[in-house]
Amino acid sequence: MIEVQNLTKQYGAKKAVDNLTFTVNDGEILGFLGPNGAGKSTTMNMLTGYISSTSGKALINGVDILDDPINAKKNIGYLPEIPPLYLDMTVKDYLNFIYDLKKCKIPRKAHLEDVCGLVKITDVYNRIIRNLSKGYKQRVGLAQALIGNPPILILDEPTVGLDPKQIIEIRTLIKKLGKKHTVILSSHILPEIQAVCDRVIIINRGKIAADDTTENLTKNITADHRLIARIDGAREEVLKTIKGISGVVSVTADMEREKGVYDYEIETKEDADIRRELFKRIAARNWIILGLKTSEMTLEDIFLKITMDDSFEIKMKKTSDEKSEKTEKAVPADTESEENDKKEESKEAEE
Amino acid sequence: MGAIFRRELKAYFTSPIAYIFITVFYLYTATYFVNYNVYYGLTDMSYVFQCAFNILMILLPLLTMRLFTEEKRQRTDQCLLTAPVNLFAVVMGKFLAATCVFLCAIAIYAVYAIVLFGLSGYLAWATVIGNLAALVLLGASFTAIGVFVSAMTESQVVAAIVSFIIIMFFFMIDMLSGIVQIEWLREIMASLGFYSRYSEFSTGLFSLPNVIFFVSIIFIFNFLTVRALEKRRWA
Repeated sequence: MIEVQNLTKQYGAKKAVDNLTFTVNDGEILGFLGPNGAGKSTTMNMLTGYISSTSGKALINGVDILDDPINAKKNIGYLPEIPPLYLDMTVKDYLNFIYDLKKCKIPRKAHLEDVCGLVKITDVYNRIIRNLSKGYKQRVGLAQALIGNPPILILDEPTVGLDPKQIIEIRTLIKKLGKKHTVILSSHILPEIQAVCDRVIIINRGKIAADDTTENLTKNITADHRLIARIDGAREEVLKTIKGISGVVSVTADMEREKGVYDYEIETKEDADIRRELFKRIAARNWIILGLKTSEMTLEDIFLKITMDDSFEIKMKKTSDEKSEKTEKAVPADTESEENDKKEESKEAEE
Repeated sequence: MGAIFRRELKAYFTSPIAYIFITVFYLYTATYFVNYNVYYGLTDMSYVFQCAFNILMILLPLLTMRLFTEEKRQRTDQCLLTAPVNLFAVVMGKFLAATCVFLCAIAIYAVYAIVLFGLSGYLAWATVIGNLAALVLLGASFTAIGVFVSAMTESQVVAAIVSFIIIMFFFMIDMLSGIVQIEWLREIMASLGFYSRYSEFSTGLFSLPNVIFFVSIIFIFNFLTVRALEKRRWA
């Protein structure tokens, strides 16, 4: 179990990680999602004791990583963003070194064989790491994290640089590992998180932007109903007709797909299902609907919305720091208006 | 500590660096040995011991420069620092590995001594042993300095040059003390000199303060290395 309380990392004036609080339960696979530079790696580095936190706490199975680093680290297997490989060693020597470094008690030969079999590097066991492909290097990195069977695995972008087949293999492996281990996995690739994780934390500019199960997250966001219809018919006329349907909030036409065929994006009121009505009206004018689909937001859209759009809010419990941020934002606006007032006053005085 | 020590030592001997280090050291000291002891027939080995100072000043920074810089460049330090080992063990592992290569190099002095004994039938064994001990202390001090500097930077070249400058500083400081007018400063500067302390050994004086001085230098720089690594975590 990992408990993170108000974890903050400050680099000079910049807060790389700002007041993170979350808990990861035993046997949970947590996805850590965010754009580059959001603070994912910094958070992971703090959890593993590579760097210290400016303030806040990280408890690994109840042990504070800063108070008792050695006992806390015993519980963690860490695969950093760039796998920490000694390029001049063979896989065999490297894994033996890690085994010694972690002071493992498990029978050496059997354990190393197990780990190699699990990540499928047995066939390169005697090769020098420098000569391995990116995919193999990544897997050796993963093997390194698995040595000693630590109950917690922290994996920073574990599928970067792998080919599609390997990605699927690693994902399956992580899912399998998730049954026995607690896993934190970071990524900026959404399908990966969707495929592997039970829960997602979206992190943006060092703050938690969302923390929920993958299903809930998509559910919450798709509250606004949207339809995309591909219709063969005169553009302006079609727009008018669609607008005439009750329940339609707005409609826009996309670029021309084929001659005279456009995609229309229709936003409707909640709970309004206009599909039947739409069909009837279009058919009545002798136009043809070539396609009709509800545009549910994917995790991708949610991610983009959360990370691109500051004004976007998700319908879910707001954490206290989000509120405080708002008040902070509100304050300078007030002072500005006060200043403006003062300027106006002074102008009046001059006049 | 053992794991890191073994890995480093193996890394030294799988790359050319240890061999080059040892070869250059052999060649350099052998020149002195052949010239003074074999050719001129001196039974006093103090020249051979003294010449080691200059060459080690250049060679040891080259031996230690990659110890921590490479870890940082390859990001393997993430593996060391997130493993359940304390920093002191990490530093000692690396320090001892470099010292071990250095010991392989100076082992040649035993060969010189035996050859000299064979040639002349006489050797001041106590002096030779005292000198060897001094050489070990000196080399370990240089190594500790080198390890410390390598923990401060990411570039091997910078690490080598800066360690050389620091060693140079300790080499020159007591010579420069003569031009300083302030007495307390002059005394401090004179007492920090590596060369005068080392050459006292080679004249046959085995003084405890000198031993304590070098041991302190080794301890201080290893301690500073631990602090430097610690500091990076807190930065």
